[in-house]
Amino acid sequence: MRRIRVIPILLLSNGGLVKTARFKKPNYIGDPINAVRIFNDKEVDELALLDIEASGLGKEPNFEKIKNVVSEAFMPMAYGGGIKTLDHIKSIFRVGIEKVVINTMAGRDPGLLERGAAIYGSQSIAVSMDVKKDFLGKYRVYLNKGKEKVRLSPVEYAKRAESFGAGEIIITSIDREGTYLGYDLDLVNQVSAAIQIPLVVNGGARNINDFLIAAQAGASATAAGSLFVYSSDEKGVMINYPKQHELTDHLYSKLN
Amino acid sequence: MITIIDYKAGNILSIRNMLKKLGVASEIAETQKQLGAAKKLILPGVGHFDHGMKHLRDAGMVDVIRDKVIEEKIPILGICLGAQLLGKGSEEGIEPGLSLVDMDVVKFDTNKLDQHLKIPHMGWSNLTIKKVENPLFIDSQAEPRFYFVHSYHFKMNKKEDVLSTSYHGYFFTSAFHKDNIYGVQFHPEKSHKYGMKLLENFAKLN
Repeated sequence: MRRIRVIPILLLSNGGLVKTARFKKPNYIGDPINAVRIFNDKEVDELALLDIEASGLGKEPNFEKIKNVVSEAFMPMAYGGGIKTLDHIKSIFRVGIEKVVINTMAGRDPGLLERGAAIYGSQSIAVSMDVKKDFLGKYRVYLNKGKEKVRLSPVEYAKRAESFGAGEIIITSIDREGTYLGYDLDLVNQVSAAIQIPLVVNGGARNINDFLIAAQAGASATAAGSLFVYSSDEKGVMINYPKQHELTDHLYSKLN
Repeated sequence: MITIIDYKAGNILSIRNMLKKLGVASEIAETQKQLGAAKKLILPGVGHFDHGMKHLRDAGMVDVIRDKVIEEKIPILGICLGAQLLGKGSEEGIEPGLSLVDMDVVKFDTNKLDQHLKIPHMGWSNLTIKKVENPLFIDSQAEPRFYFVHSYHFKMNKKEDVLSTSYHGYFFTSAFHKDNIYGVQFHPEKSHKYGMKLLENFAKLN
């Protein structure tokens, strides 16, 4: 049976957990330590913790906070946000994280990926890229929380990240993030076909069936935010994650 | 007391965190000297094979580890790269390994993988346990699953050393056991209750 990873993405802002829609309107969700503990109890495949504040403000990652959050997380943890130097990467690994997520700096200084991969291996370096359609319907990559447009197309950008040593690409559709409109499958198709490394797709997931469709379109892993922090009906906060038998019945058993 | 070897190639803290949760005492050894009194070893590690061997050698730990394992016969558990280092060598590099097990380490054969299967193999996989009564897997949960991150895998030269296999395009050895030597390709410290049980079992070994 082939399993694909199903990954909750948690957004940090000023030390608290928030959830955005199309990268705007951060809504306070709760305390990250508590949320991580609940996800740990639910035996999630992996967690990604992204500090959406650190990058924009030019802050360093909050290493002490990260250390506390991961100390009882017995699953793979990825961290992104505010990572600008090799020393930051080293400090992240030292507090118990096994994967760093580089977004803005992958555009500004792709050599950082190479330097990180040389020490920790490609599998420890993930590149996150945020993509939005322009008014002509063309996909464009953005850095710095969707504020800074990149010249390269998503395919070119992903290939460049791979050539610099990234071991994984996390692609987020800004247009779909927090919308429950389903993943942007064209985007998944294009990028997945162009790279050899795993592709994690994020932005728009509604249900397990979306994970299946994304996997069939070439995703190696599927991620979601809103789906895992809100209850299905009322948009009240409710940390949740599918049970193993649900994933087996509706996802794994349908993958070849 | 479990001694975790720190040779600047991996995530020591997550292993300590899990052992702490289990109530098992652990210590870190960064030098040859600190290894001297060790009664049980964990050799963790991620990254490049040669990088790992070089750091072990620079810390003067290669011979001590071999002595402790071969002469004193203390249990050792290699995790991920740490397990690969227990073999003779790897296609990833040119350095000789610790040669404690008759094993080579080879790259995933991409010709045998469907196009949707990528390298590194990153994610959760089940285990087919070949020796159910083995102390490492005794009383383990039904359908244990573990977290893997690797581009290279074990290739055992002696079939009897294979402890479990897993599937990524084809079956490969995911755990091995020979006498007091254990190696796992996956990360028990990141594998929820399944990994916790395995580390608990290792902690109980005499």
